[in-house]
Amino acid sequence: MTRPSSNPGRPLLVLSGALLIVWLILPLVPLLIWSFARGWRFPDLLPQEWSLQAWEFALSARSGVLESLGVTVLIAATATVLAIAVGVPAGRALGLYRFRGKGLVELIILAPIIVPGIAVALGLHGVFIHLGLTNTVAGVVLVHLIPTLPYMTLVMAGIFANFDPAFEQQARSLGASRLQTFRHVTLPAIMPGIIVGGLFAFLVSWSQYVLTLLIGGGRVITLPLLLFNYAASGRNDLTGAIGIIYILPGIVILVFTARHLTGSNAAIGGFGRI
Amino acid sequence: MTRVVLADLTKTYPGAPTPALDRLTLDIASGKLTALLGPSGCGKTTTMKMIAGLLEPTSGDIAFDGRSILRDPPEDRGVVMVFQNALLFPTMTVADNVGFGLRMRKVPRDRIAARVAQMLALVRLPDLGSRRPSELSGGQQQRVALARALIVQPRVLLLDEPLSNLDAHLRIEMRDLIRTIQKDLDITTIFVTHDQEEAVVLADRVALILNGRLRQYDVPDAFYRRPADAQVAAFFGGCNLVAGVSDGGIFDGPLGRLTLPPGLRTGAGLLTFRPEAVRIGPAAVNALQAVVAERLFLGTQTRLRLHIGTQTVEAVLPPDQADGIQTGDTITITLPPASLWMMHATR
Repeated sequence: MTRPSSNPGRPLLVLSGALLIVWLILPLVPLLIWSFARGWRFPDLLPQEWSLQAWEFALSARSGVLESLGVTVLIAATATVLAIAVGVPAGRALGLYRFRGKGLVELIILAPIIVPGIAVALGLHGVFIHLGLTNTVAGVVLVHLIPTLPYMTLVMAGIFANFDPAFEQQARSLGASRLQTFRHVTLPAIMPGIIVGGLFAFLVSWSQYVLTLLIGGGRVITLPLLLFNYAASGRNDLTGAIGIIYILPGIVILVFTARHLTGSNAAIGGFGRI
Repeated sequence: MTRVVLADLTKTYPGAPTPALDRLTLDIASGKLTALLGPSGCGKTTTMKMIAGLLEPTSGDIAFDGRSILRDPPEDRGVVMVFQNALLFPTMTVADNVGFGLRMRKVPRDRIAARVAQMLALVRLPDLGSRRPSELSGGQQQRVALARALIVQPRVLLLDEPLSNLDAHLRIEMRDLIRTIQKDLDITTIFVTHDQEEAVVLADRVALILNGRLRQYDVPDAFYRRPADAQVAAFFGGCNLVAGVSDGGIFDGPLGRLTLPPGLRTGAGLLTFRPEAVRIGPAAVNALQAVVAERLFLGTQTRLRLHIGTQTVEAVLPPDQADGIQTGDTITITLPPASLWMMHATR
């Protein structure tokens, strides 16, 4: 393996890295400045006056931000856990076994990503009303499974395609029960996939707008809904503060799981077939 | 000490036209090392997985010491299978791999550590406990897999092609290790191989399976001297097959009339003898005139292809006995009656 320092393409690498960071970080800078601004009119590079007013309001009970943050975390976490619970077995089936109609099943699983969410949600709305699931957190969690499950399932299918089930047979043969085998052999092997897939699922749920609005019926206010409300009302300073709060979990999760996303660590998922 | 009895064991995979394993009946004595021998795809590994409980038979039974184990889940059978590729768990150290079976049985930590050390010493890898499996060579991995299997003191040890992934010199080392450990610990051991030499060197008894059917179950020596049929003979490198008729004492065929040892089958059949059994020079019985069609010097032996009438016969001689024999010579050979064997005429 070549060390990065001896890589002849290094200057190019640094340049592209810097460009990427600028591309991603720069749009966030005005957001941050706005959250501390009292007034900030067009030609000026910086606000005329600084203030903590927006933050004070955002963190107070009146704004509803903290309550909304709690609901959003609850919904995203529950949707992620459910997506893992369904996506792991489904990904196993797709990754390990060949069966009739597998191509069709894969297409159906991918469909929610291809079909616009609003079309799905409009169709589901009637069903959910019928089931009494509209305007409830449970309903929103369920509808969030539509966009999250495909990611989870596809990531797990990739992991399981790399997993040799003979490891499980070996564990059983050595005296491990089904549960022990899963806990000590399968789970460590597929953990990178669960982390990556779970991260996707969490962030996809976190950023849902249309599905939440339709099924939540305005009663379940997640952060993106709240953010949109304040943005629409023209309160740029509040929008900035809430926006920062809104992107924080994504950044935190990314920092903690980045090592699973890239490099050799991601590749060992599934032990690799021998 | 466990006696393993397979009774009419059959496995048909869904959608397959013929069974992968067809009514295998085998009585494996306690503490013996038995080889399931056959070409790849003959049903050997299927048999192993059924004994281990990793695959359910279509029909038939498996009994340990007279008690059927078919309903027991794999972890309760007391069978450990060592797979062809060592399958060491990559997330664990070597020591944790070896101790795995005991950890699953909730054995106290200090006892596990002591047993692990003991097992690693047994497979002659005492200092590798803290390594990762990926740091070991193929031969070392295979030995760790063996230690991991033996630590739980299985009633029956199953080895799936234990030597096939190893280099030639490691193969001999591993073979001797398996033999020594198996005799020391007295574990009923069944191993699968496609290599007839490996089977006869290692096993007390060999079960030859061709196309899912048991063809012969016998001591290794018998496959050379008393093969059940032409295919069995061919699998063990037997090449001299002569069709003819026996009346019990005399075999009448293209080689003329040959005197047979007592006790062989009568009627139409195939006569066979090992190329090594052919003697040069005349004798009172079974002396034949042969023309040397080809002479091949192989270093430790010399191989002759002989024409006797319309029949071709292969002979293998020590090099000194083949001195002075040239292609085209007419020589006298003898087939000692004790080396002759009769098989079914068909197949």
